[in-house]
Amino acid sequence: MTRGFRAVGGGVAVDLDADETEILRAMAGLVLELVEEPPEKGEFERIVGIGASTETPEDPVLARLFPDAYSGGDADPSSSADFRRFTEDGLRLNKRANARSLIEELPAGGGGRVELDSGGAHAWLKSLNDVRLALGTRLGIDEEAHHAYLRGEDVAPESEAAALHLYDWLGMLQESLVEALSDVRREGE
Amino acid sequence: MSTAPVELERPETEEDAAPDLPWVTIVWNDPVNLMSYVTYVFQTVFGYPKSTAHKLMLDVHYKGRAVVSSGSREEMERDVATLHEYGLWATLQQDK
Repeated sequence: MTRGFRAVGGGVAVDLDADETEILRAMAGLVLELVEEPPEKGEFERIVGIGASTETPEDPVLARLFPDAYSGGDADPSSSADFRRFTEDGLRLNKRANARSLIEELPAGGGGRVELDSGGAHAWLKSLNDVRLALGTRLGIDEEAHHAYLRGEDVAPESEAAALHLYDWLGMLQESLVEALSDVRREGE
Repeated sequence: MSTAPVELERPETEEDAAPDLPWVTIVWNDPVNLMSYVTYVFQTVFGYPKSTAHKLMLDVHYKGRAVVSSGSREEMERDVATLHEYGLWATLQQDK
């Protein structure tokens, strides 16, 4: 099992076995399925740079990946809708590009070492977070239940325990990436 | 008396009522984002020193929310969009 990311010569590296590689490929693939490409735009929309999305997504996972931008009791709903029209397509494209970048950097055929420069590492960082947000929201992770699970208490049916195990492994991997990037930053200072 | 509807441009009441109040970006607590990750994002996006970023993260975690930046509405919309790319639950509102 991987020991996680570490700082290597201005970038970061991780050794993954074949199973871990396939899990990451599948999870990033799920993000690509979930976050669809923005629909084709008309000429006007393309010139002005706006998209068609104005509503909060119904799917709780998508609502978490694309939250409303305006808060507060007196927030005008049309402000959130306008924000969505101007930003959501770009956000979709960026999330898809990050997931694709993660998949492309995975070792081909079995496990191996992944070495990432700063740009690649940040694409992985964001995409691992998208994967954890999607999985965590789908599992309905709340802090209390998760802590109970970590204490070894029997909180979930077996199928869910496997997903929680995967969720924790992804968290460990992301944590190691944050630490490695912090080490890189300290070395650069 | 005419009953014809009077056409008004949508009044921008929010801005008119308080034109000088700055806008703020707020990050809300959520159970998924790692504490170390949230700290790292605050350092990366805003250039805050680690101590400032760490304190803001603790406010998010223990108080449920923290104001992480303030400025014009346009600047705050940019900050919120950037934080959404990192997967943080961020919103903007006028400071009151």
